[in-house]
Amino acid sequence: MRLLAYLTDFIVPAVIFLIVTYGVLEKVKVYDEFVKGAKKGFHTVIQIMPTLIGLMVGVGILRASGFLDFLANAIGRMTNHIGFPSQLVPLAIVRMFSASAATGLVLDLFKEYGTDSRIGLIASIMMSCTETIFYTMSVYFMAAKVKKTRYTLTGALLATVAGIIASVWLANYI
Amino acid sequence: MLNFIWAGMIIIGVVYATLQGDIASVTNAALDSAKEAITLCLTMMGVMSFWMGLMEIATKAGVIGALSKVLRPAIRFMFPKVPRGHKANEYITTNVIANILGLGWAATPAGLQAMEALGELQAERGRDRSIASEEMCTFLIINISSLQLIPVNIIAYRSQYGSVNPTRILGAGLIATTISTLVGCIYCKWKSRKKCG
Repeated sequence: MRLLAYLTDFIVPAVIFLIVTYGVLEKVKVYDEFVKGAKKGFHTVIQIMPTLIGLMVGVGILRASGFLDFLANAIGRMTNHIGFPSQLVPLAIVRMFSASAATGLVLDLFKEYGTDSRIGLIASIMMSCTETIFYTMSVYFMAAKVKKTRYTLTGALLATVAGIIASVWLANYI
Repeated sequence: MLNFIWAGMIIIGVVYATLQGDIASVTNAALDSAKEAITLCLTMMGVMSFWMGLMEIATKAGVIGALSKVLRPAIRFMFPKVPRGHKANEYITTNVIANILGLGWAATPAGLQAMEALGELQAERGRDRSIASEEMCTFLIINISSLQLIPVNIIAYRSQYGSVNPTRILGAGLIATTISTLVGCIYCKWKSRKKCG
């Protein structure tokens, strides 16, 4: 853990150091190029800002209304039969919409069942092998001005479901 | 499709909250979320500008070129129809590298640029830009299948909430990520083959 924490602390400074040093060695005008790139980054954020506001308000309303919890309870009754703990259903659903909301749910589960309980372990693995489907899709497709997304959602859901099944299964072996 | 999802979220949210007699929560959620979005954008603006500045240096110095050589076979396998030397290759590679290293904030700008470049590629091919290309579907599915090797955040949360062994999930997480990514890749390959044949 200490080595890992050290490595984690080390990654970002090392990337910055290597890029700048390499740039200087290759005789790049580093500061001029930096400013040029920073301008691009600024514009990218301005472009996705309206999208982000719209999406976060939508998810916020849906979450606050309690509909997500209702859905989770309804589906949870069925998933218990196939060996998927109902306590994890809200997480599996919310994870597709919002990373920060999912983090909130995971911390809730940690508090209630413990980090090293079966629930805690499955939740940890699930978080590390899935992504926010709808957030990623809307931001990326919005940037490319794409309206028809074809089979992206099916593929993304398949990959996510595979990850979730693997999480439940692997939690038995650690 | 996004139009329907977005409208669905808002309509279901408002109707359900009204039925539950908790209409005030909708107002709060709308205001808070909008504020949260702006806060997030402000943070992102600083981080993104900084990262994109660094990336500009790296590109000019040829760092990305060197790194992408390592990943080239895998990228070519998944995106065989992107012409060699097209700038989409570079952005896709940068995004994948950042994702693997867990630098989410670095992955997004490169990912957005990759999508734009893939859109231009569609225009060059003379196809409708508003319909997702095969490459766009593959790129997003791979992204969503999660590529991160070390889930740093989760390990931090685990230790914060008193886990005896916070890194206990590392191996399982790695296997699970590999499985989800493999399933995504196989699905994409199957989809694009079906269309050709």
